[in-house]
Amino acid sequence: MKKTGSQILLESLVLEGVDTVFGYPGGTVINIYNDLMDYPIKHILNRHEQGAVHAADGYARATGKVGVAIATSGPGATNTITGIATAYMDSIPLVVITGQVPTALIGNDAFQEADIIGITRPITKHNYLVKDVKDLARIIKQAFYIARTGRPGPVVIDLPKDVQMASTKFEYPETVEIRGYKPTYSGNPRQIEKAVKMILAAKKPVIYVGGGVTLSDASNELLGFAETIQAPVTTTLMAMASFPRNNPLSLGMLGMHGTYYANMAITHSDLLIAVGARFDDRVTGKIATFAPHAKIIHIDIDPTSIKKNVRVDLPIVGDLKDVLQKMVADLGGHADKVKELVATLAPWRQEIDGWKAKHPMAYQASDKIIKPQYVIEKLRELSNDDAIVTTEVGQHQMWTAQFFEFRQPRTFLTSGGLGTMGYGLPAALGAQAAFPERQVIDISGDGSFQMNSQELATLVQYRLPVKIVILNNNFLGMVRQWQQLFFDRRYSQTCMELPIDFVKLAEAYGATGLRATSPDEVEEVIKQAFATPGPVIMEFKVAREENVLPMVPAGAGLNEMVLAS
Amino acid sequence: MKHTISVLVENEFGVLTRVAGLFSGRGFNIESLSVAPTLDPSISRMTILTRGDDQILEQITKQLNKLIDTIKVIDFTGQDFIEREMALIKVTAEEETRAEVLRIVDIFRAKVVDVTPRSYTVEITGAPAKIDAIVELLRPLGIKELVRSGPVVLGRGSKGWKGAE
Ligand SMILES: Cc1ncc(C[n+]2csc(CCOP(=O)(O)OP(=O)(O)O)c2C)c(N)n1
Repeated sequence: MKKTGSQILLESLVLEGVDTVFGYPGGTVINIYNDLMDYPIKHILNRHEQGAVHAADGYARATGKVGVAIATSGPGATNTITGIATAYMDSIPLVVITGQVPTALIGNDAFQEADIIGITRPITKHNYLVKDVKDLARIIKQAFYIARTGRPGPVVIDLPKDVQMASTKFEYPETVEIRGYKPTYSGNPRQIEKAVKMILAAKKPVIYVGGGVTLSDASNELLGFAETIQAPVTTTLMAMASFPRNNPLSLGMLGMHGTYYANMAITHSDLLIAVGARFDDRVTGKIATFAPHAKIIHIDIDPTSIKKNVRVDLPIVGDLKDVLQKMVADLGGHADKVKELVATLAPWRQEIDGWKAKHPMAYQASDKIIKPQYVIEKLRELSNDDAIVTTEVGQHQMWTAQFFEFRQPRTFLTSGGLGTMGYGLPAALGAQAAFPERQVIDISGDGSFQMNSQELATLVQYRLPVKIVILNNNFLGMVRQWQQLFFDRRYSQTCMELPIDFVKLAEAYGATGLRATSPDEVEEVIKQAFATPGPVIMEFKVAREENVLPMVPAGAGLNEMVLAS
Repeated sequence: MKHTISVLVENEFGVLTRVAGLFSGRGFNIESLSVAPTLDPSISRMTILTRGDDQILEQITKQLNKLIDTIKVIDFTGQDFIEREMALIKVTAEEETRAEVLRIVDIFRAKVVDVTPRSYTVEITGAPAKIDAIVELLRPLGIKELVRSGPVVLGRGSKGWKGAE
């Protein structure tokens, strides 16, 4: 039987197992929206296309499935850009479907036309303009395959209106054949053998973990590997939740706002085992002084990540799950040597414990004014163990990374690569849509919250009970901190003096608003929020000029941490 | 250092921009680029000349390989290869210089493909250095217009890349 392009799209989504999509209608996708009513797919109407893409992204990060968003051509499509770039930088699997003007009008400056293929080329893993309805099923199959395999990423399908209306026989391909796309999953056994040799010879190894571990669902393998050799583990912001922070081997985060002991361990290590990480400049600080004594083993599914920023002594291309499993198996064959290694590493672990004791992750408590770190600690204490936490971007994001002590993979969703303010609220919405029963918390600053606060309406409409925490310092705090430290306290355009009543704002949308202005109210507000059904905003009036510490100033080495203001 | 790379890609619209965008997006320079379909019309072959140290070249080849539309990347650095470029040169040919132009054309085994009372248009193929040389000799006689194709290359020997592997 023949089907129209828009029916083919929806049939294919169903076959891909898509149960929820996020989007915003318009003229060039009106056919899709019309047919949507006949399909078992839940559509969430966001209030801005950026919100829809971030929501699909949050859904993808929380579930490990491909997130799907739909937008109309022109302004709808251009509104998706920040969301797509955010997903691209963090390697999140998304399929974004944009409407396009009819093929005959493409290139003619038609009403609501934008060259979205051209615009999204540098921020997608791949993109397609569908010119013939006969290609549509194959393209959708490929798009999902490309989005979720190898190093995952966003794929855009630009679908002209006439292609949506044209019809053809629908056959969904069973397999995908793309000549130029064959990701390497299996780690080379000889390289793995070499890696094991280097590990057995190490005296001060550190495992440095990036977002790849979450993407390949290799947290258990990582834990097994680290415990086998009893080596310390430091994670990037993206990998925060993939290694339990309460494990004695955990060093927490490294880099600019990492722990003192993680950065010291890196600086003194003789072997760095990089696992699904990409040596971001926020992590390495000055390259010349990054891990100066260490040999580097770099495991990654994406060969372009390897040797991009730092020299690498041993590259292993492959899926982390596969490589870590093989590594543990290989180590299993050297039980005696592993035992010896664990004993050899004892002084190294002691050295690290010394650094931990000297400069633990801490802040100056107060009983007069609310410290943002205190709010994070209380949230951790009072929330469920499997709560999903999203953040916006700024100081609150770093404090969350430092003090929330994540324990389970896919419970910390944050924009690491692009650093997108306005990410957290829609991402929380997406995660909550995926897991209606779980506790979902967006931790925000007053600045970031205002970037996508319109999504509050979506939360209320779909009864998504996200709990929003606003650490209100009336500043664009992170920028203010830099101005204080590096620009002589000239606070240019970072003061958000207008006192917004976030409690009333919540109420205006039909949500609940709560506020704490002194430390003794914090616990009560959190408890009350968690006990209240539906979306809740908790506004905390926090210390205005608190800084995120410790800190490696931009351009300095990890050994040059500033510990206190 | 100069590098010559062949990239075999899906012959689809937009692929050229993808490749070019990859270079511009990372600040790599393309010195010359030529593209056309191969024996298999679904595959195009690009010959790209670029410059950079080993590390940059490694990134370039890895990034090219990463494009979904890329089927194969061949880096000719350190290999024996045949390199040919074509140029069309419109050169002033008045009474006093006609003979000199023809002499040069003859020496270089080039061809005159268009004649007017005031000009010859010369076609030449060869290694880029040979084209540089004829251009230098014709320049003093007055070049009106010049177009070069950029080189195309193939590896020497009997082995060949025919399509599917
Ligand atoms: C879309 C966007 N614009 C600008 C920035 C630059 N920026 C980074 S942090 C920050 C301040 C964030 O302020 P707020 O959300 O109030 O959080 P705080 O740092 O106070 O916790 C800004 C402006 C950004 N990361 N993203």
